[in-house]
Amino acid sequence: MLTFTEIKRSFLVSVWFMFLTFPIMVIRVNTIENVVIWRWKNMLFVGAGSFVLSFVWRFLMRRKEVGSKDAEAGGTSKSIFQRFMEEKRLYYPALGAISVIVVLFPLVFSMYQVNIMISGLTYVMLGLGLNIVIGLAGLLDLGYVAFYAVGAYAYALLNYHFGVSFWIALPIGAGLAALFGIILGFPVLRLRGDYLAIVTLGFGEIIRLILENWNEFSFGPSGIANIPRPAIPGIEFTLHQNTIFIYYLVVLLVVFTIFVVNRLQDSRIGRAWIALREDEVACQAMGIDKTKTKLTAFALGATWAGMAGVVFAGKTTFINPASFTIWESVMILCIVVLGGMGSILGVVVGAGFLILIPEYFRAFSEYRMLAFGAALILMMVFRPGGIVSGMRKTYQFEGIENGEASDKKA
Amino acid sequence: MVSPAPRFLAAPRNVAQRNGLDSMDWEYTAELFLGGLTRGSIYALIALGYTMVYGIIELINFAHGEIYMIGAFTGLIVTGVLTMMGWNEVAILVIAATVAMIYSSCYGYTIEKIAYKPIRNAPRLSALISAIGMSLFLQNYVLLAQTSDFLPFPALIPEIGWWKPYSHIISSAEIVLIITTAVVMILLNFLIKFTRIGKAMRATSQDRKMAMLTGVDINGVISMTFIVGSATAALGGVLIASHIGQINFYIGFIAGIKAFVAAVLGGIGSVPGAVLGSLVLGWTESFFTGYVSSDYEDVFAFIFLVCILIFRPAGILGRSDTEKV
Repeated sequence: MLTFTEIKRSFLVSVWFMFLTFPIMVIRVNTIENVVIWRWKNMLFVGAGSFVLSFVWRFLMRRKEVGSKDAEAGGTSKSIFQRFMEEKRLYYPALGAISVIVVLFPLVFSMYQVNIMISGLTYVMLGLGLNIVIGLAGLLDLGYVAFYAVGAYAYALLNYHFGVSFWIALPIGAGLAALFGIILGFPVLRLRGDYLAIVTLGFGEIIRLILENWNEFSFGPSGIANIPRPAIPGIEFTLHQNTIFIYYLVVLLVVFTIFVVNRLQDSRIGRAWIALREDEVACQAMGIDKTKTKLTAFALGATWAGMAGVVFAGKTTFINPASFTIWESVMILCIVVLGGMGSILGVVVGAGFLILIPEYFRAFSEYRMLAFGAALILMMVFRPGGIVSGMRKTYQFEGIENGEASDKKA
Repeated sequence: MVSPAPRFLAAPRNVAQRNGLDSMDWEYTAELFLGGLTRGSIYALIALGYTMVYGIIELINFAHGEIYMIGAFTGLIVTGVLTMMGWNEVAILVIAATVAMIYSSCYGYTIEKIAYKPIRNAPRLSALISAIGMSLFLQNYVLLAQTSDFLPFPALIPEIGWWKPYSHIISSAEIVLIITTAVVMILLNFLIKFTRIGKAMRATSQDRKMAMLTGVDINGVISMTFIVGSATAALGGVLIASHIGQINFYIGFIAGIKAFVAAVLGGIGSVPGAVLGSLVLGWTESFFTGYVSSDYEDVFAFIFLVCILIFRPAGILGRSDTEKV
């Protein structure tokens, strides 16, 4: 494999990248003091890095080509996760083990770990909600964080003005977010995929800018502090107990979300979403109401974001518009895309990857967004299905030819 | 991670002085008009590349704003090095713009090869996500390799002596910007309408497969589109940065969004449309911030976009075509 031509190609690639990154990586100027700093070492890194990466790139490309030929020949290769899910003997014990770990987690680990886990689980909720919109209905929503903001501000403001408790705010936040989902949904119904992305992005920014500028309503950039944590009326919690309480609450919400999304997927409306994603025109021809289907996708997706927002406000006790930038939306998008669009397990795995790994590798936190960007591209190029690609329901014709084989599978 | 989004352009100069003046004051109106014209020209330089790329592969190139940003940074670096050597301003401007254009073209070419070409036949959603990834990657690449602070960009466009008395109405830098935009638009229009490569571009955008069958080198044409679009963005990057006076890694994002709004407004895929749309957006924004409020400037741009997409999705100069099954 390491032939001379291969090495020559990689060498050329590395020379190209050294040229390309030369001004930005090597030179740094200070126009006030007129100082130029030369950082030749960086050039060496770029050269060596791109030399190695070009081999990896070509290797992956070749593998992808072989894979697509396999798929054309009819051989569907199942991923490890899919095989695992089908093997009931392994699947149920594993599920049991995970539940035990999840339940015992806050009793064993420190507060710090529990807090990280809470934010990870919040992102699972957000990811599952966005998964409805992107993964199932195929509508690229880049303003998803707006609904998260709606939920968080709903709780914060209702509590500030009327002293509404967390438990009442939770359904209200969810409902308000759903309402906003419908409000956004109406004008964008007619738009095609890429326009939709821009308009939803604009919507997210509108909400953030309003929160930032409308001081009388949202207290502007300084945000709202002293939001009460969720608690059971009549019981005094210490901070430690309260965190554990929030942890279990979020776990319950995530389980509830997974349950609902799972049921939704196989329901009439879930299938309508998938049909809409695959082919809008054919879908309409089959008699599916496009308007209703899209609006429910937006509303239901937004509901979970609203709930997650209320939980977020209750957990951090302080919110301001800076928590709801477009990059938060992109982050949630990353979770869905990396994990696997349309797959529940995928979203859980994706949230685990993206939230927990950076938390434990603090040293590399600067490179986090860089890595996310690269991961989005690489995923789209080499593995569009994500880490755990969604399983498609397949029905086999149990006919004459291979009746026996399909009997076994069923 | 990300510093708070700076305002892309400053509010009209005398918005504060307006109190007490008659709001029908013609000089104020004229100033807003010219401010809008400058603003529109700025959007147009970025929107031209957007519209060309969209026209040919129907992809919102989210990384286009980042290419503009990289052009501005390259320009700043070249300027810094040449200033040290004591060159004169006009020479620096020309060299900085040229180098920035060359580098940005190379970036555009490479981005297309890495992030878009391998998934050209995949669903649209994939390409869009890949474009967002590219945008995120380039922003953080510049953030890490350079700095997250705002860097001052020296004013490279000299004040012309005899124009000084009028420069409070419109500065010579603004005139240079407006003229550049007009020239670039005419050149691009010429390129697309009358040259061989332009014909190939039009053919590719109409029907890629058919163009391929008639012997058009699709890959070459698409690469060329990215190169030309990126070069325009870089030229814009250097001129705009020198006009505004500061840059950071985040400038590409909001500029890119606004330019996209302008491109959609004018009719995406059409070169004169991009300029017209940019001017309309520039003027409406300028008058809105001048007479109503400057806090909600960006909100207004987005609401404007939503309204266009709902009532006239094809834009001002675009043709609406019905989708065939």
